[in-house]
Amino acid sequence: MTTDAPLLPAARRRAARSAGRAAAARSGTGRLLRLFLPLGLYLVFTLVPFYWMLLFALRPAGSTALLPWPVTFEHFDTVWNGMGFRTYFTNSVLIAALTLVSVTCFALMGGYALARFAFRGRRAFMLGLLCTQFVPGAMMLIPLFNVFQLLHLIDTRWSLVIAETVFQLPLAMILMSGFVKNVPVELEESAMVDGCGRLRAFLAVVLPLLRPGIVAVGSFAFIGSWNNFLFALMFLNDPELQTVPVGLQTTIGENTVDFGALAAGGVVAAVPVVLVFAFVQKYLVQGMSAGAVKG
Amino acid sequence: MALAGPSPTRARTRRALTPYVLISPTVLLLIGFLLVPLGSVGYYALQHRVVNEPYDDAFVGLENFRRMLGDEQFWHSLLFSAKWVAAEVGLQLLLGLALALIVNETFVGRAVARALVFSPWAVSGVLTTGIWLLLYNPATGVFHQLSELGVGDPATSVLGDPDTVFPAVVVAELWRGVPFFAILILADLQSVPKDLYEAASIDGAGRLRSFWHVTLPHLRDAIVLATLLRAVWEFNNVDLLYTLTNGGPAGATTGLPLYVAQLARKSYDFGYGSALTTAAFVLLLFCSVLYLRLSRFEGRGEGVRR
Repeated sequence: MTTDAPLLPAARRRAARSAGRAAAARSGTGRLLRLFLPLGLYLVFTLVPFYWMLLFALRPAGSTALLPWPVTFEHFDTVWNGMGFRTYFTNSVLIAALTLVSVTCFALMGGYALARFAFRGRRAFMLGLLCTQFVPGAMMLIPLFNVFQLLHLIDTRWSLVIAETVFQLPLAMILMSGFVKNVPVELEESAMVDGCGRLRAFLAVVLPLLRPGIVAVGSFAFIGSWNNFLFALMFLNDPELQTVPVGLQTTIGENTVDFGALAAGGVVAAVPVVLVFAFVQKYLVQGMSAGAVKG
Repeated sequence: MALAGPSPTRARTRRALTPYVLISPTVLLLIGFLLVPLGSVGYYALQHRVVNEPYDDAFVGLENFRRMLGDEQFWHSLLFSAKWVAAEVGLQLLLGLALALIVNETFVGRAVARALVFSPWAVSGVLTTGIWLLLYNPATGVFHQLSELGVGDPATSVLGDPDTVFPAVVVAELWRGVPFFAILILADLQSVPKDLYEAASIDGAGRLRSFWHVTLPHLRDAIVLATLLRAVWEFNNVDLLYTLTNGGPAGATTGLPLYVAQLARKSYDFGYGSALTTAAFVLLLFCSVLYLRLSRFEGRGEGVRR
């Protein structure tokens, strides 16, 4: 009796432990094959191109080392000071920031209207927003050029801000209306019962809760504008007004490619969007599920 | 203080007008900078209009469209666009779905893994070109490194060879495009009710069957809409092809939008370019409606229906 009693649980425990270990090992290899192997392969596909760019940007011209050592910043000096990237960068930041503000404001207004009011023409408006997605932006270059010429906006930053806003606003608005719908109407109504006007109720109650939506929409607008190439190529002639993507294209131009400069320009082009991306990454999935797909 | 007690009728009018006031800037912008230019494209499509030959301007009816039907380059570019859209959307869907399923699992380092695999989404077409030029260049690229390891031919120029250029540009665009699909699908995956999986596993469904019978039906609408939007975007995508190959070698990667852009920039044939634009727009709209019908899209999202 006294020998049996402690033995039995111990044996059971041992048996249980080895069974558990076997299960863990089984699911371990399963996870390795199902999860970590494809993930690892995909990470290689994603990261090697980035690494290649960094490698060329940081190692001296003519070097074939696979590690950027010794590190040199001469290529950055070349593009930033010699090839005008300082100017391009400032222009791109300005245009992207203005686009961000205008898209976010109009998307907030329209998104709120779509989410909170049942008005005549709402359906048609919504359909119109979706239809804009079928308009080929690249093919609108010439007619848009004519409109901007009429308004004397060619060779001004405003042409890019307006064109970018027009093409990004529809989806941004649909996205934003999804976010507004997720804010309970009751919150707003109780504020209005307490004597707030609609505007004050919106500013005090709804707006703070829309922060994820504003961050998502604003960053999409910034990234989209930062990355745009064709509009800048078409609507701006003055090199003093050019943007980073066009500057980057000039480093690619012709057949005389300075790989170090190309890579360094690429890094300059990538840094702001990568920073914005790191900042909004966690809102991204949330934002998409709130509105874009369902819209 | 006048606002403290507006009369009921005034309050009602105000409430009725508010949504129109709120959408008016957007409506004005879309009319002025989208609808009017689009209308002018439709108008010029019926004109003979070459910018540097203004004396020949005239109304020609459907002449531009007749010319289009006989234009070998038009059919060639249309064929390329179809191949391009099919390859991009198909592969992006497959890889994006797989990637979303992977990063939807729970594991250590998931947040970092998500950030890393999604990051190319934020990169521009021109930057993608820059990066892949470095990778594809026979003197600097991965093929050069591989050939030093004894694999392949050191002089491989994938972008210069009409046989390899198509897969090469497809891979470069995939690098940037897959994350978009993965993000959209991941967003929808998170809304699958957990108890559905529990019920499925109680009924004895394995991983594969619960994916097939629970996950996929749930993702259906999201997939239909994402593929549609993506198809339109990929059709209209010019940045990458313009900068990476400029449509070459020998027109092998010239899609319809790039063909139009070249017509406008090189030969200033605005009338004919407008006709092609109109054709592309109508074609896209037609294919989209057909696709929504065939896929029996239900618009589960309230946005579309209401």
